[in-house]
Amino acid sequence: MGELQLMKGNEALAEAAIRAGCKGYFGYPITPQSEILEYLSEHGPPRGMTVLQAESEVASINMVYGAAGAGARAMTSSSSPGISLMQEGLSYIACAELPCLIVNVNRGGPGLGTIQPSQGDYFQSTKGGGHGDYRLIVLAPSSVQEMASFVFEGFDLADRYRNPVLILADGALGQMMEKVTFPAYDPEEHRILKPWATDGARDGKERRIITSLHIQPEKMEELNLRLEAKYNLIREQEVRFELVEAADADILIVAYGLSARIAHRAVDLARERGINAGLLRPISLFPFPTEAIRALAERVRGVLVVEMNAGQMVEDVRLAVEGAVPVRWFGRMGGIVPSPDEVLQVIEQMDGAPQETVAEEVYQ
Amino acid sequence: MTSQISTMQTVDENLNCVYVKPDTLTDARLHYCPGCGHGVIHRVLMEVVDELGIREETVGVAPVGCAVFAYNYMDIDMQEAAHGRASAVATGVKRMLPHRYVFSYQGDGDLAAIGTAETIHTVNRGENILMIFVNNAIYGMTGGQMAPTTLLGMKTSTTPSGRISSGVGHPLKITELIALLPGAGYVTRQSVHTPNAVRKLKKALTRGFTMQREQQGTSFIEIVSNCPSGWKMNPLDSNRWLEENMLTVFPPGDLKTPSERKKES
Ligand SMILES: Cc1ncc(C[n+]2csc(CCOP(=O)(O)OP(=O)(O)O)c2C)c(N)n1
Repeated sequence: MGELQLMKGNEALAEAAIRAGCKGYFGYPITPQSEILEYLSEHGPPRGMTVLQAESEVASINMVYGAAGAGARAMTSSSSPGISLMQEGLSYIACAELPCLIVNVNRGGPGLGTIQPSQGDYFQSTKGGGHGDYRLIVLAPSSVQEMASFVFEGFDLADRYRNPVLILADGALGQMMEKVTFPAYDPEEHRILKPWATDGARDGKERRIITSLHIQPEKMEELNLRLEAKYNLIREQEVRFELVEAADADILIVAYGLSARIAHRAVDLARERGINAGLLRPISLFPFPTEAIRALAERVRGVLVVEMNAGQMVEDVRLAVEGAVPVRWFGRMGGIVPSPDEVLQVIEQMDGAPQETVAEEVYQ
Repeated sequence: MTSQISTMQTVDENLNCVYVKPDTLTDARLHYCPGCGHGVIHRVLMEVVDELGIREETVGVAPVGCAVFAYNYMDIDMQEAAHGRASAVATGVKRMLPHRYVFSYQGDGDLAAIGTAETIHTVNRGENILMIFVNNAIYGMTGGQMAPTTLLGMKTSTTPSGRISSGVGHPLKITELIALLPGAGYVTRQSVHTPNAVRKLKKALTRGFTMQREQQGTSFIEIVSNCPSGWKMNPLDSNRWLEENMLTVFPPGDLKTPSERKKES
């Protein structure tokens, strides 16, 4: 069975990577996630993992391309500016359908910004990020436990769909210490055949080519359609979310990651004051829990999106709600984490406000 | 007199076989312009892989550039790479498969402009791979723009009056820089403009592969090559021009051999 430990989020994630059978880690230091590289530099090699401090994030992601293409479980981690540098490589990886894990411990931007936690990379993570039509599977942990668990799940999803998986965390989750249990996980049992990998055309096997180049438009469109079919399958099969007191909610909060923890507290405070608030926490940001939000929107009076950015996920929530009820947004930026009381105030306003006022505020 | 009796075989007037296409070259028709050095380099490279008997043990990486389609011709496991990133991709492959022979096949724009950081650091780490650097002094694939290795005075579509050093700098002798790095085990410059040069190149490539077996650091082979289309010359003239101009700026020969490397460390 699992073992209980007290760990920092970044370290729990790194430890999980070793236990998940990741064979190649390639990364470049950046706050607030350097502990991943540091932890792996110490603990990875003795346990069979190649750990390489690359010359840049551009190099890291292309090393991941090579390693994943060679058939190994491979990963990199970084924070926002470094993830921006990786976008070309990610687009190639998505097109060549190489399974791998990328971790973004999101910090505040734009620019060099701040090293404090943020959710400002939601668009970049969920809408493609690099050039062309592609999607990453995006998992958003909200606890140290999930920082670890999603590594196992992430590698399994990546292998199953031959698709890059992104864990989108934030600086606070990386740095906080919590209890974590590592599941019993034998990478051998989760190993799937990768007949497409370029590991040497041995034993009379046909040689293999890994490429993202399809110069004939018809061939490229064929690939685009195949990718879209895969993304649609992922949308059908892999939506993950958590509900808290949502069944009888009048006001539904939608929040992920660290914001969801704050929102959860705000829901508790609201319930103490007799307001029926509830929470939907998207766990997979792609695929997004559109259907679940849509269904709940039929039953609530208003929806509140809480995020640590200028309003990014709120666009997906509005698309899901389709105008059924007013959708309000509340967030902080710059690395500032909203307090449960701030969120509670918005809930109270929504609860007290006549319907029209709430609707107006949406478009202010 | 020789005549080609198929794409596989060339015979002389007595029907003696003088050339057989290596098994590791596919039958696909080359997309390269007539007279381009890439075709010869592909052939020699695959001959070496064949003769060393390492077809099943070899993984090649070719990035964006004229040779991005190398995988259509080299009948081995191959990965295409983003522009400039071939050595990073090759690093990823080699680190996961240390017992495979891994090579990158890069142009001058790829290796010495957009990918300079990856080039220097791959060699500095002493990755046990073979880096093949085809220097044609121009951006072939995108239609003949200036490359970092474009010679002074040379006309390209972005240096219409000829390259002058002020503003765009001198031709970059990256191979000389590479030879300074302790991680480099074998650094040499070759060309493919004459049969003799091709023979020497073949020796160099063989050494580049066997070095990997011996874990002797990065092998780096620059191949000075032509680009008849980009240079706007016929193939013969381009090879003559190469000899007279390219080889004075980029002189052939070994810049570093494994024994010299041992002295360094
Ligand atoms: C990021 C990026 N920038 C630019 C290009 C366009 N591009 C493709 S090949 C190339 C230059 C190729 O020159 P070189 O590496 O010398 O190889 P050659 O074509 O001469 O063989 C350029 C600029 C690209 N594909 N990707």
